[in-house]
Amino acid sequence: MQHYNMNLTLKVWRQKNAADKGHFETYPVKNISSEMSFLEMIDVLNEQLIKEGKEPIAFDHDCREGICGMCSMYINGRPHGPWQHNTTCQLHMRAYQDGDTIVVEPWRANAFPVVKDLMVDRSAFDRIIQAGGYISVNTGNAVDANATPIEKDKADDAFAAAACIGCGACVAACKNSSAMLFVGAKVSHLALLPQGSPERKSRAVNMVAQMDKEGFGACTNTGACEAVCPKGISIENIARLNREYMMAGLTEDK
Amino acid sequence: MLDSKIPAGPLDQKWTDYKGHCKLVNPANKRKLEVIVVGTGLAGASAAASLGELGYQVKAFCFQDSPRRAHSIAAQGGINAAKNYQNDGDSVFRLFYDTIKGGDYRAREANVHRLAEVSVNIIDQCVAQGVPFAREYGGLLNNRSFGGTQVKRTFYAAGQTGQQLLIGAYQALERQVALGKVKMYTRHEMLDVVVIDGKARGIICRNLITGELERHFGHAVLLCTGGYGNVFYLSTNAMGSNVTAAWKAHKKGAYFANPCFTQIHPTCIPVSGDHQSKLTLMSESLRNDGRIWVPAKLGDKRAANDIPEEERDYFLERRYPAFGNLVPRDVASRAAKERCDAGYGVGTTGQAVYLDFKFNLINKYGKAEANKLGIQNPDTATLIRLGKEVVKEEYGNLFDMYEKITGENPYEVPMRIYPAVHYTMGGLWVDYELMTSVKGLYALGEANFSDHGANRLGASALMQGLADGYFVIPYTIGNYLADEIATKPIPTEHPAFAEAEQKVADRINTLLSIKGNQTVESFHKRLGRIMWEQCGMARSEQGLKKAIEDIRQLKKEFWSDVRIPGQVNEMNPELDKAGRVADFIELGELMCLDALDRKESCGGHFREESQTEEGEALRDDQQYAYVAAWGYQSDSQWQLNKEPLLFDVAKPSQRSYK
Repeated sequence: MQHYNMNLTLKVWRQKNAADKGHFETYPVKNISSEMSFLEMIDVLNEQLIKEGKEPIAFDHDCREGICGMCSMYINGRPHGPWQHNTTCQLHMRAYQDGDTIVVEPWRANAFPVVKDLMVDRSAFDRIIQAGGYISVNTGNAVDANATPIEKDKADDAFAAAACIGCGACVAACKNSSAMLFVGAKVSHLALLPQGSPERKSRAVNMVAQMDKEGFGACTNTGACEAVCPKGISIENIARLNREYMMAGLTEDK
Repeated sequence: MLDSKIPAGPLDQKWTDYKGHCKLVNPANKRKLEVIVVGTGLAGASAAASLGELGYQVKAFCFQDSPRRAHSIAAQGGINAAKNYQNDGDSVFRLFYDTIKGGDYRAREANVHRLAEVSVNIIDQCVAQGVPFAREYGGLLNNRSFGGTQVKRTFYAAGQTGQQLLIGAYQALERQVALGKVKMYTRHEMLDVVVIDGKARGIICRNLITGELERHFGHAVLLCTGGYGNVFYLSTNAMGSNVTAAWKAHKKGAYFANPCFTQIHPTCIPVSGDHQSKLTLMSESLRNDGRIWVPAKLGDKRAANDIPEEERDYFLERRYPAFGNLVPRDVASRAAKERCDAGYGVGTTGQAVYLDFKFNLINKYGKAEANKLGIQNPDTATLIRLGKEVVKEEYGNLFDMYEKITGENPYEVPMRIYPAVHYTMGGLWVDYELMTSVKGLYALGEANFSDHGANRLGASALMQGLADGYFVIPYTIGNYLADEIATKPIPTEHPAFAEAEQKVADRINTLLSIKGNQTVESFHKRLGRIMWEQCGMARSEQGLKKAIEDIRQLKKEFWSDVRIPGQVNEMNPELDKAGRVADFIELGELMCLDALDRKESCGGHFREESQTEEGEALRDDQQYAYVAAWGYQSDSQWQLNKEPLLFDVAKPSQRSYK
């Protein structure tokens, strides 16, 4: 790869805390290498801000290898920036050219209130999992792992759904801030496996109820969630969630 | 003085006997006992969930915004278990033996045997939770192999095994949160342990959103806070991974064991420039199918694909024919360094070697697929096309990650890799029950020192984290808490809590009042450089002595010239980072001291003064078959306690992978 350096203009959302109204600030950044990651570019800017006696930009990040799901920047109108199947931390600066202007915002959704600058509170996702995103098996209950063969195709589909990193890009991209892809992925992961079968009805109903309670919007099958999902979680999982939910409603005996 | 509390009796009966005789706490009393769990990775989440299921009142803490984000999530390749599903000769004994040998005879036999025993239960538990491990077409579980072993015992979920295991443990944890048995505190960082009458009774932590300090009581405290690889600044650890919780415990009396035992992982994406904030691992599982080589001719600048087969030096296969590319990590890392130091390295910096998939893509996978499809005499292009499909399924996410970072397509050109800091075998000293030298204070997972000796084998970290959390602590903590059932919760107004909180507040205020000129990040980078150069893949007396001087100097400079923006009573990531870097600086000094004390080479600890004629690590069992457990006395002052290592079953010998 040919390396190059670039000068950029950044417009970044600054918000002191949840109560603050927030605003954009413009920062020039110079001599950014095309080999840097997007967050390393923000690191450079932050070092510069600290040296100038200003407050650095607060942002969530941890593993920086695209798996922890912590990073969450809305870059030029798209969660995690321009690359397909990618997280902000894995976006590299060769995606940009000298002179570009880049607008960086936090996830925007009522259910994800801003904590500071680009950080948001995604604890709603944890509460949705608490509502049923698990298999009730205490430690020590298990039978031998090979006692239940599982069709490879189903196991593969369950894995593909379980690859969700819980970053919330799907919500940020959705015009209704719906969390259906997140919920659909978890319901699918567990419904596709025989171990998840005993609780499949209550799981679908309770997780959807919690999702509504948290203030996420409704799904209109636009597919923006799938388009921006860093792990390529398929919108088929939403269809499966709808089927699970409907079956649970039709056959509910409680 | 150091009592490791290893049960008597034959090695393979110790754990069974222990479980049969340890004290129990009845369900009614469990409800009255409170346990604090710090960290929610594999060890912490599995411990918190299991203890909640048992009926204890658990409080769990993590600094991330959700327990699901702990760095266990990034583990790629797999988890070992002695299931012997492949009928290839595996057994609990072999897993035990491989782990002891892989650790270069510096781990405790009894702990390692227990680990091998419970490994089989872990896989059962995870499958029951819905962890989608890779399967064969018959619907049964698949395995791959890892370094330092000759059997296939590694269970995996593509290159995302850690993620899947952690999500399993996280879901079990959230289930207990929903049931009210675990109370979860996210974006909280532990900043001290409260010790009352010689027993750990709680913690002081900072609410990272509001900046407030909080006091929490517990009848026992579990530290599941991971490793300290970030002392090197550049490592494969997450940005937030830190030693602070373990270090605070150390300063409150917990011994720190074998701090210099760090694992340098052979296959990571090389450093590309000064801006680099972290290094990315390419899973060891890739060595199943990737062959490592450098050009055989010095100064060969041709592109990798232009260098013909006979002009390549597959140096691991050449030096270690029995294990080939699957030698343990320390051996593979040193061999790569040796070639690069000799001038054979590739890439712009010359600090890289090739990891090449073409051979197995064609010969292993391509041919097998062609055979399945009944294609006679397939050409190379067909074989590559067919092979790619299989490789994609096995390692797809890793290949994608490599391409995103480097801009090169590893299906077409070999990966460039170089060793990087990955894991720390050292950690808080614990006895057989996982209790530190402070009563009621436990350390689980990577945070303790116990199972991996001087070098950890691949796919064993996940195994240990989950073993400690699911299957060890639920038994051993009862043996302690059974004597605590009469202890009423201590109000956090107790002077010990007040004093601990005051000290934490004073330190934070001191840090903020320095208002110097240099950023926290710049100090961390300088510390990392000292550690990598003098306490990295090769260490010498002279270098270590210099490093200690340099670190002391750096510490002075830090405490007089660091600049931390922002206020105390708000979300302030720079302040959080400053506290962690200050602790790393102190730890760095102890690591160098420990490396200086251990004049032998063993596993990942390579003292240049102690090597065989062929350049392999040369142990000195006469003098150094001990665990170095350092007790903190005062600033830069430590006392060395030695726990002798006795090998009744796995007799030490010179490790050979030839």
